[in-house]
Amino acid sequence: MSGTYVGMPAFPQAAKAATKDTQLRANLTRATHTIRDKRARAVSELDDWEQLRHAGRAIKDRTLRHLDEYLVQAEQAVAAAGGTVHWARDAAEANRIVADLVKQAAAQQSVNSDEHELEVVKVKSMATQEIGLNDALAAEGIRAYETDLAELIVQLGEDLPSHILVPAIHRNRQEIQGTFIDAMGGWGRPAPAGLTDEPTALAGAARLHLREKFLRAKVGVSGANFLVAQSGTLVVVESEGNGRMCLTLPETLISVVGIEKIVPTWQDLEVFLQLLPRSSTAERMNPYTSMWTGTTDGDGPKAFHLVLVDNGRTETLADEVGRQALRCIRCSACLNVCPVYERAGGHAYGSAYPGPIGAILTPQLRGTASELDASLPYASSLCGACYEVCPVAIDIPEVLVHLRATVVEGGRNREQGHGGHRAERAAMKAATWAMAHPAAYRAAEKFATATRAVHPRRLPAPGPAAAWTDSRDLPRLPEQTFRSWWKENHG
Amino acid sequence: MRIALFITCVNDLVFPQTGRATVALLERLGVNVEFPEQQTCCGQMQYNTGYPRQAAPLAEKFARDFAGYDAVVAPSGSCAAFARDVHPTLAPQASQDVPPVYDLTAFLTDVLGVENVGAHFPHRVAYHPTCHSSRLLHLGDRPLRLLRAVAGLDLAELPAAEECCGFGGTFSVKNPDVSAVMGRDKIAHATESGAEYLIAADNSCLMHLGGIARREGATVRTIHLAEVLASSKESA
Repeated sequence: MSGTYVGMPAFPQAAKAATKDTQLRANLTRATHTIRDKRARAVSELDDWEQLRHAGRAIKDRTLRHLDEYLVQAEQAVAAAGGTVHWARDAAEANRIVADLVKQAAAQQSVNSDEHELEVVKVKSMATQEIGLNDALAAEGIRAYETDLAELIVQLGEDLPSHILVPAIHRNRQEIQGTFIDAMGGWGRPAPAGLTDEPTALAGAARLHLREKFLRAKVGVSGANFLVAQSGTLVVVESEGNGRMCLTLPETLISVVGIEKIVPTWQDLEVFLQLLPRSSTAERMNPYTSMWTGTTDGDGPKAFHLVLVDNGRTETLADEVGRQALRCIRCSACLNVCPVYERAGGHAYGSAYPGPIGAILTPQLRGTASELDASLPYASSLCGACYEVCPVAIDIPEVLVHLRATVVEGGRNREQGHGGHRAERAAMKAATWAMAHPAAYRAAEKFATATRAVHPRRLPAPGPAAAWTDSRDLPRLPEQTFRSWWKENHG
Repeated sequence: MRIALFITCVNDLVFPQTGRATVALLERLGVNVEFPEQQTCCGQMQYNTGYPRQAAPLAEKFARDFAGYDAVVAPSGSCAAFARDVHPTLAPQASQDVPPVYDLTAFLTDVLGVENVGAHFPHRVAYHPTCHSSRLLHLGDRPLRLLRAVAGLDLAELPAAEECCGFGGTFSVKNPDVSAVMGRDKIAHATESGAEYLIAADNSCLMHLGGIARREGATVRTIHLAEVLASSKESA
């Protein structure tokens, strides 16, 4: 299985490396600008987009306010339809449950695990990326095969996803061609001889490689875009049809779903089935929408398990400002417009959730104890492009600033040993004191202006001033402040 | 109408010429602008860096300094947006007495109702709509309408104009590498447009962009919108 995000450096260091990678930048700029422009066109087709957006936001907010009731309703509906519901407090519990279910299914289907390696086929799923399911299954001797084309590219390349919708966005087709030729054989059917970098040839190779896995697998693992509480129906939207294969062919289906994915009714779902495709793939409707409710005799999986995952969501829900992050429907529109994401790349965010939404969701779900997680709320210029395109109106800049205050206070449970940024806090206090005392402020201004002749344009490291002058000159201070000019001329 | 000028701390210390231009422009348009001398800073830097408790006293102070006027005008979209949108959450009581806060652009077009301010600026220019001007204040094409009415001015189209310049307050020092790449891209776009001047309504963004242009040896110069609008045939 591919690598892990654990122990990655803080955002500024990882981003610095990315800014020097010209191939990565070219791949990202090209891809994000293409999707960005297409999304803008798809959204502009609808006269009532703003109303839809506010409906999406309102439905999510109402659902989150009564999440306890809707979860119980969903559990009862899934059970009544022949499914089994499991509750997981965190990633470890969720992984444990899935691994046990896979082994249990193998035992029931009398697959001899000594002779055949246990395996599952996977639908693209953010929840399973979040909990690190593939690694956890590998540790239990279970091979998880990603079947989404981009996830397959990432898995074969022993790489990490760098985008929510387009996990291999950082790779171009020549790189993908190389990965297929080098790695497909180790995972199953090798790449056809003479594979070119033509998109149709690459897709054809993936299709052949994956088909034998679809036909052989006894267990499918998915996430879900939505869970309709009313009927206990799960919904997956996708483009490639691999999801449909995984959801219908295996005898056992296990769906790992965050507790915030609930929508109360089918009428509510209608709003999101308009918002999501236009915001993500810039399509009026996605090619495949799969919906399933429990099990059906003689049709699809014989056993269905729903694993409902908390993993920090309840704590996020308790945060009055931060809870809006739970509205997210994982469309990626914010990534595609983000100037920081475009230049830093997805890996710098150190989690399955990159970009602006990751910069708030990751610290909300995981806390800010690690250096990386504490650096994420600062990974934004607060330009607001993300909020503008968000289909459920998550005010990402507002949450970023809120999380910065949390970091400064030493974390929501005061979990950061260092208690925020000591030197910075002292500087901010001093600045506020001076600003609140005009005489002191004027004296500081006078001093700065009087010494202007000796101010350098570049400053030695370390410190924030040096971080400025590494790439920019400092402005020369003028001889006279505005205040003193006003006094002379108008006072 | 009693109109108060909120100069902002960055303009006061580093860009006084923008303040002088704002005063000259408003006086030319018949506005008797006043400068409450106790004013200092809106507190945005503290707030956006995660120090709301350090910003709150400055919001209170802002309310005291500007109470009693009919309108506040600031040559900074970012500071105007902060005072307008965030101060009421930091100092809810005191902020009730604060008059409407406008950035210079909206004050000209919406309050004074002018587009042709009688300026003369015979140069090719590009306009960068800073993020807070466009996404928080929703200034739209107001700055462009003002610029199109300037005599002699040749307005170039800035590629990817809506993209952030990379300043972002303390973002510029906490993530200096990404910030600098964003700034270099903006300068490259300005250069590509053939503009002699890159104009914006926020000097903090221009301080970042000007510093990058100077370091990179780019010929494009940065200038605040107020200075362009204040220029006349005599000054040009």
